[in-house]
Amino acid sequence: MNKFKVSLSPHVHSGNSVNKVMYGVIIALLPALFVSVYYFGLGAIKVTLVAIAASVFFEYLFQRFMIKGESTIGDGSAILTGLLLAFNLPSSFPIWMIIVGSLVAIGIGKMSFGGLGNNPFNPALVGRVFLLISFPVDMTNWPKPQELVFSLVDADSGATPLALLKEKVGNGETVANALKDIPSYFDSFIGQVGGSLGEVSAAALIIGGIYMLMKKIISWHIPVSMIGSIAVLQAIFFLINPDKFADPAFHLLTGGILLGAIFMATDMVTSPMTPKGQIVFGVGIGLLTVFIRNFGAYPEGVSFAILIMNSLVPLINKSFTPKRFGEEVTNG
Amino acid sequence: MLKTFKLGGVHPPENKFSAGKKIEQLPIPKTVTIPIGQHIGAPAQIIVKRGDEVKVGQVIAKAGGFVSANIHSSVSGKVKKLDETVDGSGYRRPSVVIDVEGDEWLDTIDKSDTFDKEIKLSAEEITKKVMENGIVGLGGATFPTHVKLSVPAGKNVSYLIINAVECEPYLTADHQLMLEKGDEIFLGTQLLMKALGVTEAIIGIENNKPDAISHLENLAKKYSGIKIQGLKVKYPQGGEKQLIKALINREVPSGGLPLDVGCVVQNVGTAFAVYEAVQKNKPLLERVVSVTGKSVKTPINLMVRIGTATSELVEAAGGLPEDSGKVVSGGPMMGKAMADLTTPIAKGSSGVLIFRNEEAGREKIHPCIRCANCVSVCPMGLEPYLLMTLTEKHDYDRVESERALDCIECGSCSYTCPSTRPLLDYIRLGKSTVSKIIRSRKQ
Ligand code: SF4
Ligand code: SF4
Repeated sequence: MNKFKVSLSPHVHSGNSVNKVMYGVIIALLPALFVSVYYFGLGAIKVTLVAIAASVFFEYLFQRFMIKGESTIGDGSAILTGLLLAFNLPSSFPIWMIIVGSLVAIGIGKMSFGGLGNNPFNPALVGRVFLLISFPVDMTNWPKPQELVFSLVDADSGATPLALLKEKVGNGETVANALKDIPSYFDSFIGQVGGSLGEVSAAALIIGGIYMLMKKIISWHIPVSMIGSIAVLQAIFFLINPDKFADPAFHLLTGGILLGAIFMATDMVTSPMTPKGQIVFGVGIGLLTVFIRNFGAYPEGVSFAILIMNSLVPLINKSFTPKRFGEEVTNG
Repeated sequence: MLKTFKLGGVHPPENKFSAGKKIEQLPIPKTVTIPIGQHIGAPAQIIVKRGDEVKVGQVIAKAGGFVSANIHSSVSGKVKKLDETVDGSGYRRPSVVIDVEGDEWLDTIDKSDTFDKEIKLSAEEITKKVMENGIVGLGGATFPTHVKLSVPAGKNVSYLIINAVECEPYLTADHQLMLEKGDEIFLGTQLLMKALGVTEAIIGIENNKPDAISHLENLAKKYSGIKIQGLKVKYPQGGEKQLIKALINREVPSGGLPLDVGCVVQNVGTAFAVYEAVQKNKPLLERVVSVTGKSVKTPINLMVRIGTATSELVEAAGGLPEDSGKVVSGGPMMGKAMADLTTPIAKGSSGVLIFRNEEAGREKIHPCIRCANCVSVCPMGLEPYLLMTLTEKHDYDRVESERALDCIECGSCSYTCPSTRPLLDYIRLGKSTVSKIIRSRKQ
């Protein structure tokens, strides 16, 4: 008589996989990648390819010689980290610095904790913050976007709107004065503003976000609570003193808030498990971002805000457990 | 309006290949192996010995206590031996092997198919008949039905709920039974209502069975107090707690029973068995089983005598497909894999599900990426990833405080995990260890 496989239930699986999740996020990043290549040309391609190749390479090395497990480069997570890191860099960023950034992202941000799933901090942000602290000048100088310039020679470069704002308001100018030369909100929305690869087009990021929502890779809780809290708090500041504080729309469309809200804060490994916890997490990031931007030393606060909230995730998970079945007493 | 439960749930592909197939009587096999201990509770005590002549319907094992059930011979013939067999639940159990001779029934049983719609017995007598005839829950849990009908003093029952959800993919036994035995099911429901002293019953059916819904809705006009409620398809809606929540929006508290929110839940197949037990004095000696699977030649619904070997059912469905890799007793989400086809059909066997080789294995386990899918699909509001980790770390105090015992083992978490982590395997281990700890605490 035949012998069959015997295992415990369930005997079927949804077919979902780590691969599908990771490549789902990668696909969601493609619209923004296309826009950045459109505006930053070969520079964008260079930064992206180097960051991905270096991340995958370091993942392989660490897995092989440190963790000594089966190779994990096939799961797509290293590619994603590389891509996200690239999205946080200007297209003029030097190649060797990209490689150092990838090493920090993968080596310190991820593998030193034991690899995928064990890292408390978003690896791409660990890489980015390291670069921001180590090479502040290269990190905050961005080539101005121009349509389809395929040249590796630097185009016009300049500071990001946020850096401009910080500097000029810091020097006593009013917000209106400081921002008179920056692109209109519409330009920012479709992609005409200086910044890192991934900050260039709000529309493309939102399309990616919608794709991930539809594929159920992310839920709305983190992006909406984060963006909402930034809008509200910044609006309060703006109403109190419009000369010192820019309006919320300016902040939302600049400096990676959308990239952060849709792609970085939603990183599943480093964000809370329950909807309630995710809202707390999103609001926390939002408030921290506004405070850092308005009062901190750095013009741009999203990365720091996310990393700070990353460190609170275990606590949030403990405090905000799911609604248990049977707690709702409805005897009527 | 369609209803459903709120928390969690998944939508596995339904694959109901045997839907709409008329229930066929499987020919009586040459021998049957009747497992003793087909129900939750104390095992029954065998009262026949080798060489005894038995008739169809004769008691061969007596209930071993109140929470237990009689077991009857499903055939006539001679007891060949008392043995031990691995039944559909995967455990070795004592069994009675009977060589079949003819088909001679006890003459107390009304074998005819005529519909007997007159309720003559009192509530107590109904419960007694149900008990004598060995009726247990046919949805798979096999809890003795008379126990559920004996409501403890101080508890109030306001609803009888008939579980006709059949939320497991593939299975169609209940569906077909509703189409063919509608009146009997209603009468069985009325008998259960009388036994419980309730005036309201709700039959919950998922809307992937629109024919059953409309058929029963038509019949419901003839029977007072019984309502049909359509439900949105979502697994595990057939879980008692989920079904109660969906139908009357009450939540059974942690560690509690449906009785705590004024409900008794019975499976629709059980309602039919109750009809036969009370109106026809027929013990539970056969049941409907779906034989199905992607490679199965003719997926089929069969009326099968208890104790029939699985191989006979598989033959009736066109034989074992070449590419078979796993055979499951029950549905794909909660069924039990069997080692071979000698496994006999028991009271709780709702299906024989044959998986292809390529469906039979499990994927490689990846690290948890903390995607929270398992948390969001858990119908009990648990954190499966955490329960697994805590069990791995042997932190059983926390396994308990994180409410592992609430887990209904629906498998939704393992089903959905992108890292194909064996969440439920570990949670089961955690649960059983915690149960042991609790028991030793009480001593
Ligand atoms: S933990 Fe238990 S109840 Fe929750 S999804 Fe997993 S098996 Fe189902
Ligand atoms: S579904 Fe799997 S990978 Fe996702 S959190 Fe649960 S255990 Fe981890």
